[in-house]
Amino acid sequence: MQHTLESFLRALRAHEVRVSPAEAIDAHRAAAEVGYGDRTLLKDALCVTLAKTAEEVDRFDNCFDTFFARSPSERARDRSPPGKVDAPPGSPDLAGQLLAGDEAALAQAMEASAARVGAGEIRLTSQRNLLTRRMLDDMGLRELEAMIQALRAAGGPRDEALAERLAERRAALFVQGAAFVERQSRLYASESGRRMRDALLAKQSLTAVEPEDFRAMEALVRRMAKRLATRYARKRHQAHKGKLDVRKTIRRSMGHGGIPFEVVWKTETLHKPKIAVLCDVSRSVASAAQFLLLFLYSLNEVVERLDAYAFSDRAVNVNDLLNDEKVDDAITLVMARVGFRPTDYGRSLDDFLDAQGSKLDRRTTVIILGDGRSNYADPRLGLMRAINDRARSVIWLNPEPETYWGQGDSKMDAYGRFCTVAKTCNTLGQLERIIEHVLRTYMSR
Amino acid sequence: MTAPLPAGSHGHPALASVDTIIAGLASVGYIASRRIATALFMATHLQKPVLVEGVAGVGKTELALCAAALLGLPLIRLQCYEGLDESKALYEWKYGKQLLYTQILKDHMGASLTGAPDMATAMERLHGTGDMFFSEPFLEPRPLLNALREPGGAVLLIDEIDKSDEAFEAFLLEMLSAFQVSIPEIGVIKATTPPVVFLTSNNVRDLGDALKRRCLHLHIPLPDQGLEEKIVAVRVPGIEASLRSELVRFVQSLRTLDLRKLPSISETVDWARALILLHAGALDAELVRETLNVLLKFEADVVAVEPRIAELISVGA
Repeated sequence: MQHTLESFLRALRAHEVRVSPAEAIDAHRAAAEVGYGDRTLLKDALCVTLAKTAEEVDRFDNCFDTFFARSPSERARDRSPPGKVDAPPGSPDLAGQLLAGDEAALAQAMEASAARVGAGEIRLTSQRNLLTRRMLDDMGLRELEAMIQALRAAGGPRDEALAERLAERRAALFVQGAAFVERQSRLYASESGRRMRDALLAKQSLTAVEPEDFRAMEALVRRMAKRLATRYARKRHQAHKGKLDVRKTIRRSMGHGGIPFEVVWKTETLHKPKIAVLCDVSRSVASAAQFLLLFLYSLNEVVERLDAYAFSDRAVNVNDLLNDEKVDDAITLVMARVGFRPTDYGRSLDDFLDAQGSKLDRRTTVIILGDGRSNYADPRLGLMRAINDRARSVIWLNPEPETYWGQGDSKMDAYGRFCTVAKTCNTLGQLERIIEHVLRTYMSR
Repeated sequence: MTAPLPAGSHGHPALASVDTIIAGLASVGYIASRRIATALFMATHLQKPVLVEGVAGVGKTELALCAAALLGLPLIRLQCYEGLDESKALYEWKYGKQLLYTQILKDHMGASLTGAPDMATAMERLHGTGDMFFSEPFLEPRPLLNALREPGGAVLLIDEIDKSDEAFEAFLLEMLSAFQVSIPEIGVIKATTPPVVFLTSNNVRDLGDALKRRCLHLHIPLPDQGLEEKIVAVRVPGIEASLRSELVRFVQSLRTLDLRKLPSISETVDWARALILLHAGALDAELVRETLNVLLKFEADVVAVEPRIAELISVGA
C-alpha cells in the first residue's frame, strides 16, 4: 500500500498540489492512523494533511477520484467471464489470457508492462499513442499478431475461428490499453504541459496573445500581483520594532518619584506609499491595453491606495469601475468609456494633474503605461515636469522597444527625461521584473 | 507504523472516531460536515494545528469554541492584528515589579554587604544571592504561554492569522511544530499537554508555506441545503420546519447570484432569528424586502437583489 500512496502523491504533484517530503510523511502517518478500509475517511484525512488552499482541495478531490477509480482488476470480478476457449499448446501468454478471458491477469500484465515502458513518466498528451503501442508490444502483441497470421495461413475452419476470436479480443485490448494510458496521462501529464504554457506566456509579447490564452494570462497576472503585494507589505512592516525612548520614559516616571514604572518605546511611523497609475488605452496600444488594464485591475485588488486613470484623448478616473466591477466587465467598461480614440498625451496629462495634482506629494509614485505616441499633438512637456517635481518617482512602462522611442510621432524620448525610470515592457516576464525592481527601489520608505 | 498513543485531552471518548466527533460537536451545537470532523480527528491524533479557511461567517471561530466545549478544555484566544508581536502574544516582563525588586535588593544588599572586608568578598556575596531578575515570577504570561502551561491541555484559537505580520507568522513556527517556545533569558518552555490549536484565516494575504506546511488545512465551504437547514435548526430552535427550509432555499438561491458579499451561515442564522422576532410564518416579498439588510451587507447588493425577490422566492417554493 505504501507504493500506491507514493504514486498517488506523485499524481498529486502533477495536479499542482505541492507535496513536500515532510508532507508525504504526514500523509503516511495519516493513512496509518485511519487505515485503508474507509474510502471517504481516507480521502478526507489525506485531504486535510495535503491540500493547503481551497483550489488545492478541488484539485485533490479530482485527483483522488481519478487515481482511485476502480481499477480494471476490480471490474473484472464483477463481470461474468466470456466464453472460455483453451489456447492451443505453445501459444504466447497473451493469447492464453485473451482466450481464457482472464481479465485480472491481463490487468496485472498491463500494469507491469506500463511500469516497464514508463507510462507513469508521460509528460505530453501527444505521447499517448506511442506509449500505448509500446506497452502493448511489451505485453507480447507482436507474438500475438504472428500467431493470428499463422492461424489464418493454416486455413482450417477451426484455426479460422480461433484467429477471428483472437482478432476480436485484440481490438478490445487496444481500447483497454488506450484507456489505461489516457488515465496515466490525466494523472501525470497535466502539470508539465501547464508549466510549459505558463513559461511560454510569460515570454510572449503582450500584443500577440491569443484570446484563448487570456484566462491563463489573467491567472498569471493575478498571481504576480499577489506576490508583489506580499512583498510590498513586508517592506511596510520592517521598521516596526521600537527602541527605548529614554526621554519619554523619564518624563512619565516623574509621577512615580523618578522610578520608571512605565516604559515607553520609540516607534517609527511609516507612511504607506501611494500609487497613481495613468494607463493609455488608445488605438495605438489597443492590443496591449487589455493587459495593462488587467494588470491595473490586479494591482488595485492588492494595493490599498491606488488611484487609477485611463486615457486616450482625455484622462478619466476609473477607480469606481475597478472597485465595483468584475475583471472582464471592468476592462470592457473602461474601454467603452475612454478606449479606441486617438491619443492626446498633452490633454490627458492636463486632466490627470487637474484631478490628481493636489494629491501628488513626496510619497506618491506615478506609474504611466503607454507608448508615448501623441499624434503630433502638443506633448506639453511642462506638465510632465510638474508631475515629476511633485511625485516621489515617475515610472513609465512602454510596450515599444527603445529603438522606436522618438521615431515618428513618439515623444517618448522627451517624456523619458522627466521619468525616474522609463523602460520597455512588452512581456509579462518583463512587467514582473520591472515592477519588482520598482517596488524595491522607489517605494521603500 | 504504529500510531502514537493518544495522550491527555486526546484520550477523550468523543475523539474515538469521526462519527463520535460529529455526534459530539452536534451535542454542543455545531453541525459539522465529515471533512470538518475528520480534520479535528486528525488534529488530535497527529497533534498538529489546524488552519481553518473560509469566507467570513462560515463558522471558523465557532468550530474552535465548540471543540473546546466538547473536550471540556479551557479556550485561550489570541486575536491577531497588524503589529501584534511576541510581547503581546507570548510573554512580557513585569517591569514595575522588576524595578521594585531592584529597590528592595539595593536596601537588602546594603545591609548584607556592610560587613565585607574588601570588594572581592562583596562581589562573591553578591553572586551568591542568585539572579532573580529574569525568572518566572517576573514573567507576565500572554495567551500563547498560557496555552502551553495549561496542565490539562487547552484549545488555542489564533484568530485571523492573516491579519498579523509575516514576522509574527515566523515566530509562531516553533510553537506550532514543537509546542514549545524559547525565552532567551530562561530557556525553552515546553507544553505539558500539547494544546489543540486552531488558526483561522480570511485570506487577506497569502500565508507562508512554512506555516501552511506545519498545519492541517481545512477549508470550510458554504454549506448545501441539507446541512444549512440542520445548522439553522440547532441554532434557532424555535423555528418551524417549513419556514426553515423556505428561508434556507432562499439564501441558497441568493448565493448563486453575482453579489459582492454572499450571505454566509451567520447571516442565515441572524435572518432566521429576525424572522422569528417578526412572527413570520412564511416568506413573502414584502417581508424579505424589509429584512434584506440582515442578509446583505452592501448597499449595491441590496439594490441588485430587490427587484428579483419575488422571482427568487418562487424558485424556492
